[in-house]
Amino acid sequence: MSEGPNTTASGEQAGFTRRNFIKGVIAAGATVSASAYMFRANVAGQDSALPGAVERLLTLNVNGQERRVDVAKHETLATTLRYKLGLTGTKLGCDRAECGACTVLVDDVPHYACSVLTHSVRGKKIVSIEGLASADGTLHPVQQAVVNGQGFQCAFCMPGFVMATVGFLKVNPQPTRAELAHGISGNLCRCADYNKILDCMMNAADLMRRA
Amino acid sequence: MADTLVGSDYITPDILAKVTGRAKYAEDFRAEGMLFAKLLLSPMPHARVRRLDTRRALALPGVRAILTADDLPDLGGAERALTNEPLYGGEPILAVAAVDELTAAEAIELIDIDLEPLPFAIDPIESLRPGGPDARTEGNVWGVPPPPAPGQAPARPAVERLKWTAEDFAAATDGQMPMGRATEEWVHGDLEAGFAQAHLTLDETFVVPSTGHHPLETRSAMAFWQHGKLYLHCSTQSVVRTVDTVARWVGVEPAQVVLINEYTGGGFGSKGAGSVTMAIPALLSRKAGAPVMMRVSREEESYFGRARTSMVGRARAGFARDGRLLALDLFLVQDGGPYGPMGDHRSAGTAASLVYQPAAMRWRAVNVLTNTPPRTQQRSPGPMQANGIIEPVMTKAARALGIDQLALRRMNAPEGRAEYGPVGADGQRRRVTGANVRASLDRGAELFDWSSRVARAGQRKGSTVRGVGVAVGPHGAGSVGYDGLMTIRPDGRLYVQSGVGNLGTHSVIDLARVAADVLAMPWDQVSVVWGDTSKGLPWTCMSVGSQTTHAMTRANHAAAMDARQKLCEIAARDLGGSPDDYELRDQRVSRKGRSERALTYAQAAARALELGGHYDGHQLPDDIHAVTRTAATLLAGQGLMGVAKDTYPRNGDTWSFVAGFAEVEVDVETGEVRLVDFLSVGDVGRVINPRSLTAQLNGGVCLGIAHALYQRLFYDPHYGLSVARRFHQNRPLTILDVPHTMPAVAVGVADPETPVGAKGVGEPPVGAGYGAVLNAIADAIGVDAFRRAPVTSDVVLMSLTHGRRMHEPLQAHL
Repeated sequence: MSEGPNTTASGEQAGFTRRNFIKGVIAAGATVSASAYMFRANVAGQDSALPGAVERLLTLNVNGQERRVDVAKHETLATTLRYKLGLTGTKLGCDRAECGACTVLVDDVPHYACSVLTHSVRGKKIVSIEGLASADGTLHPVQQAVVNGQGFQCAFCMPGFVMATVGFLKVNPQPTRAELAHGISGNLCRCADYNKILDCMMNAADLMRRA
Repeated sequence: MADTLVGSDYITPDILAKVTGRAKYAEDFRAEGMLFAKLLLSPMPHARVRRLDTRRALALPGVRAILTADDLPDLGGAERALTNEPLYGGEPILAVAAVDELTAAEAIELIDIDLEPLPFAIDPIESLRPGGPDARTEGNVWGVPPPPAPGQAPARPAVERLKWTAEDFAAATDGQMPMGRATEEWVHGDLEAGFAQAHLTLDETFVVPSTGHHPLETRSAMAFWQHGKLYLHCSTQSVVRTVDTVARWVGVEPAQVVLINEYTGGGFGSKGAGSVTMAIPALLSRKAGAPVMMRVSREEESYFGRARTSMVGRARAGFARDGRLLALDLFLVQDGGPYGPMGDHRSAGTAASLVYQPAAMRWRAVNVLTNTPPRTQQRSPGPMQANGIIEPVMTKAARALGIDQLALRRMNAPEGRAEYGPVGADGQRRRVTGANVRASLDRGAELFDWSSRVARAGQRKGSTVRGVGVAVGPHGAGSVGYDGLMTIRPDGRLYVQSGVGNLGTHSVIDLARVAADVLAMPWDQVSVVWGDTSKGLPWTCMSVGSQTTHAMTRANHAAAMDARQKLCEIAARDLGGSPDDYELRDQRVSRKGRSERALTYAQAAARALELGGHYDGHQLPDDIHAVTRTAATLLAGQGLMGVAKDTYPRNGDTWSFVAGFAEVEVDVETGEVRLVDFLSVGDVGRVINPRSLTAQLNGGVCLGIAHALYQRLFYDPHYGLSVARRFHQNRPLTILDVPHTMPAVAVGVADPETPVGAKGVGEPPVGAGYGAVLNAIADAIGVDAFRRAPVTSDVVLMSLTHGRRMHEPLQAHL
């Protein structure tokens, strides 16, 4: 581990050893990671009169509906969907844009909802896994292909993969298997039967072209 | 038996909820007034809480309760959810419940805590050096308890202090593992005679590093109490079998626990019977008088989400000129983390004895404690590590003897009722129920076009060179003695109660296919009840060790046969003749040859209710488990009940085997290893669910591939803290790392010792994937290029550049 900028050549300052410094960094790392899961239940402490403050009450277009929601300025879209709008189909696997489980569409483009601030998607169309099927229950072709192929195992990654595939097929409706793999490579599956996922999603492309 | 459902593809009844986002995992539940928990984690690998003052935190508005280790029940020395003496960096010390997570985290910052740093051990071999550090104040290795008295449970082993001598270390040269005193040992056959006869003797050390399980769903949990009962929404592999563990961790009676877990986002062994940390929201909820949600972050999962035991192993092997393995001397140093004890080292020894069939074998081991994150079984615990340690010896022997590596493995493969392990107390070695490894290897060789690939292996093409590898992964694959429970109700439908966890393997549903077949029930007339222990679920095996498919198809076969008998008895009673005169077809129980004399299942169920007694569950068999008795009593009077314990005989131990075939391409300029193709062939008994079979084979293989190429845990050795805290530093396999197609098939030989013929499949592919990929790399760049996994680009490049392996030879965690 390299010397930090705050350490002297001997690695020590008064009451501040390198060892303690690093321990502090490590402890803080755990806390910082925790903070992304946080939100104020009542948005207390957020004064909209202060400079740089943002409005709390937003109107979001989620799954074709206008939803009024009280949003903290540091709140992520995944938190808003899961804890404010009751849309728990969007999963949090890492909360740091590593796994893709929280993928949703923002204006048809797949995004990691854990890493999008809700305030940044005002006026945009958000689609989560709950918004894919028709009102009469007819599944989206990508969902249908997953059902037909009995794709996925534990399925915690499934909503993210489905949303990533829907977004990818919108711009590339006739992918090769390799192109599709690249298109959805921002999503991790720990059960790791990637082969069957690709089978299902290639069938999905086929179903969409025929639809 | 009408074999229409078992062995055919189907769409599981849970997939619609999964694909529409309606499936609720633990963190998807809400309750009125729900609080959030945050944890204070140890910043040191080993410390003692000297002073703890929570007053400022408790005074923060919104904070409702603080839980410390002093609030937890005593578990007799076993790991608890919180501790006053953290044994690894990231171990939870206390928990705060507050109205929201931000407040809870602020409260954590207001905790005044003083920790006394204690000595710590990160590397198992270092801990064995003279004067080396101990992970615990009382020592560094697990002792072996005396054999239990008849009828008594084995005692918990003690932690002891073991240091090897300077001479032991000096005797090990060239990066070989030193071999001091072992704490455990067994011998089979005449080892020295085997080595004396050997034409070729090899002696190799290999390091299998630890890897985190990292299921995509972390072990979040939400708990509340109602009328003295704990309601727990959690993530576990085994629903029924998690009740007892939760009760123990929380300190209540099992009858006070209601566990709701319909969907689990993966486990891979890390959530076998839940997680000890689930006690935190449970006890915080009781203390705060409100529901508590504890969301576990990915970093927290890297600390207490469990990991595979790492093993440093040394294998001395003597081969006859024709390749037969005459003697195997295996010494394992297992890093079991700070808790346990784990038994992977033992299953590694027995698995080695089974899958390589040495004529004589000695197994020795030391089970070392370290201050690294706690271990638990990870998909193929033990056998996979054995594959890693012994495959390099086999591959090197094949090269030295001029024998095809496939032929060498075929020659030494277990076959039929193969023996394994040491001679037991009964004077016999253990036997498997049936092995068909040679048929699996032959099938794979044909499908993989082995000989053509061998012919092109080693040829340089541009900057790349290819290599092929084969390995056989073994794993225990079935247990016996559990219960099945089902009802046919007056609506004419079959309701199968499933106590299995829904962790993605589909066995939670698959077991009902067996019952439906026995009862000639169309699948659309079958409902499976799972995921909630208040709904009457029977005594079930834990969903670990690839045992569920075997154990629960047996149990459900038994219970379905019981229902079938009752249907025939009721028909005979009402329509004359004896029960044997009746048969089941078209949802009717009808007299053979006189199909007009019949009762519909709906009529028979209604008659069962009128008759009562054993027909509708008011009288129950004597031999069922108390858990099943409670569940059946709950369901009594709802329909014709099939309930039975699996008492089918079994001669031998149930094991499955998977043969893995890999071809890799290594770029000798960049060190990059690309997996070109992989094929697996499972000797896994009769296939219940073909699509789940391929998913399990490929998923297991992919875990092994990831261990061979990418994944490991590593620590800052100076501060003893984990560095691999995220996917970023511990890269899992991605969709770009696998070949575009991965054929996976089964030889399809039914197990002779179980009525359905089915065995487990989830675990043996891990060692097959791991071993085959390692062997393929060795085939491409040299059998001495590496002696540890993962084989990353730097390992490859350094070895090629210097003409010999350059990596650290012994360290468990780099």
